[in-house]
Amino acid sequence: MTELSLTRPREHARSVPEAGTRLAPRPRRGRRLGPGRAVPGALLVGPVLLLIAWILGSGTGLLDPNTLSPPWTVVTTFGDLVADGRLQSNLLTSVRRAGIALVIGIGLGVVLALVSGLSRTGEALIDGPVQIKRAIPTLALIPLAIIWFGIGEDMKIIVIAASVFVPVYINTHAALSGVDGRYVELAETVGLSRRAFVRRVALPGALPGFFTGLRLAVTISWLALVVVEQVNATSGIGYLMTQARNYGQTEVIVVGLVVYAVFGLVGDTVVRQIERRALSWRRTLGS
Amino acid sequence: MATHPGQLADPPLADTAVRVRDLTRGFGGRAVLDGVDLDIAPGEFVALLGRSGSGKTTLLRALAELDGGVPGSGELRVPAERAVVFQDSRLLPWARVLDNVLLGLDGADARERGRAALAEVGLEGRHRSWPYELSGGEQQRVALARSLVREPALLLADEPFGALDALTRIRMHTLLLELCVRHRPAVLLVTHDVDEAVQLADRVLVLDHGRILTDRAITAERPRDHHDPALAAHRDRLLTALGVHR
Repeated sequence: MTELSLTRPREHARSVPEAGTRLAPRPRRGRRLGPGRAVPGALLVGPVLLLIAWILGSGTGLLDPNTLSPPWTVVTTFGDLVADGRLQSNLLTSVRRAGIALVIGIGLGVVLALVSGLSRTGEALIDGPVQIKRAIPTLALIPLAIIWFGIGEDMKIIVIAASVFVPVYINTHAALSGVDGRYVELAETVGLSRRAFVRRVALPGALPGFFTGLRLAVTISWLALVVVEQVNATSGIGYLMTQARNYGQTEVIVVGLVVYAVFGLVGDTVVRQIERRALSWRRTLGS
Repeated sequence: MATHPGQLADPPLADTAVRVRDLTRGFGGRAVLDGVDLDIAPGEFVALLGRSGSGKTTLLRALAELDGGVPGSGELRVPAERAVVFQDSRLLPWARVLDNVLLGLDGADARERGRAALAEVGLEGRHRSWPYELSGGEQQRVALARSLVREPALLLADEPFGALDALTRIRMHTLLLELCVRHRPAVLLVTHDVDEAVQLADRVLVLDHGRILTDRAITAERPRDHHDPALAAHRDRLLTALGVHR
């Protein structure tokens, strides 16, 4: 048996017609277990495919125009809305609401996460209520918010900010509690003050989590915007869509959806670019 | 300078960088340090050997005052200006090399001093690098620069070369000795490598079951020849003290 197992592989090797190919130069590849090479225009591939499906569906009549307006109608409606200025003014209102609420919500989320992550007392006071808030849908808060803050801009911004701060808080807090204890020890040996520790160790250590929260927050601010603008609003993209619903104008509704989609995508891309710059010190699977 | 249990004539405090008397530390009812006495003179290089679990890291952490919460007693005098080098370089991954060196320092001339410290460890021009761009040896040199830029009176090093390959380790030994000659800190080097201890230290201690059982002064001139018979004798005696019989 041993003789056989020793001689057999050699005979096999000889019987292979081109034994030399076994030593053929291997092409250099990227990381073997990585996700693979970057796809050019990766972010656009999915949306463009969807768009093509929509064009094909409408063109062949598979999609009833009353169900979903064809893309060309949406484009002309878009042109009309821009021409009479309704789109710009409503968009500006929406962006302003979302922007202000984002700034407030992000600030609130970060401050609460810091207080909760850096002190046990803070955690005891803050973490529970935030987890409870997390379980309550924004829509369910609106009736109370209207009673408290009226139906004006304040109510809308407060409701959006209240939705936005939750993911920022959750992710920043989780990253903060996850900062490696060895760095805390290092900070002690070099005699860092509390302030310097927060600035040099805690905040940069929590930054990856913060960015995850930020991306969710940007998306959620648009979602919350839809909700508040369809309740008691007299301006904004959501208002435009609500009106269109009353008059059965699906093409205007689709324009509104497209605007939401484009802004959501743009917002997410911007945050990802900032994230890539701010976290350039990392070497990860995705980089 | 050697201090043995029961020795009465203490050197005056002004002439010591570290004084430890009857230090005990315990975890879960088990004594890890059991009445340690230790003096280190200013500028003296002391190596601390011991099998794993002998308490050497516990002693170092006590001197670094990193053991808050560990029950124990005893007298402990250490200088306020101390620096710790860990087994891992412990560089903040999100800070560039120079910012890691300067962690916790400020002042007008800090950046100049940081650059000078990096030049001293042979990393001139790397101040803008991220830690992940450096090799293991380079990272540990940054950690040395981070310690030395503080001009410590006491340098505590916990197996600082344990994770490096043999060639890099030899070069780090030379570098560490050069830096010690220039800056004259008292050094406590925790190691499990007898050769390293004999190569570098003025005095080698062996810690066993929480007590310092062996205290050998090594007076050979530096740089030391690995094949010096006097060093070989030290090595043999230390190995015996560590329970390795040949």
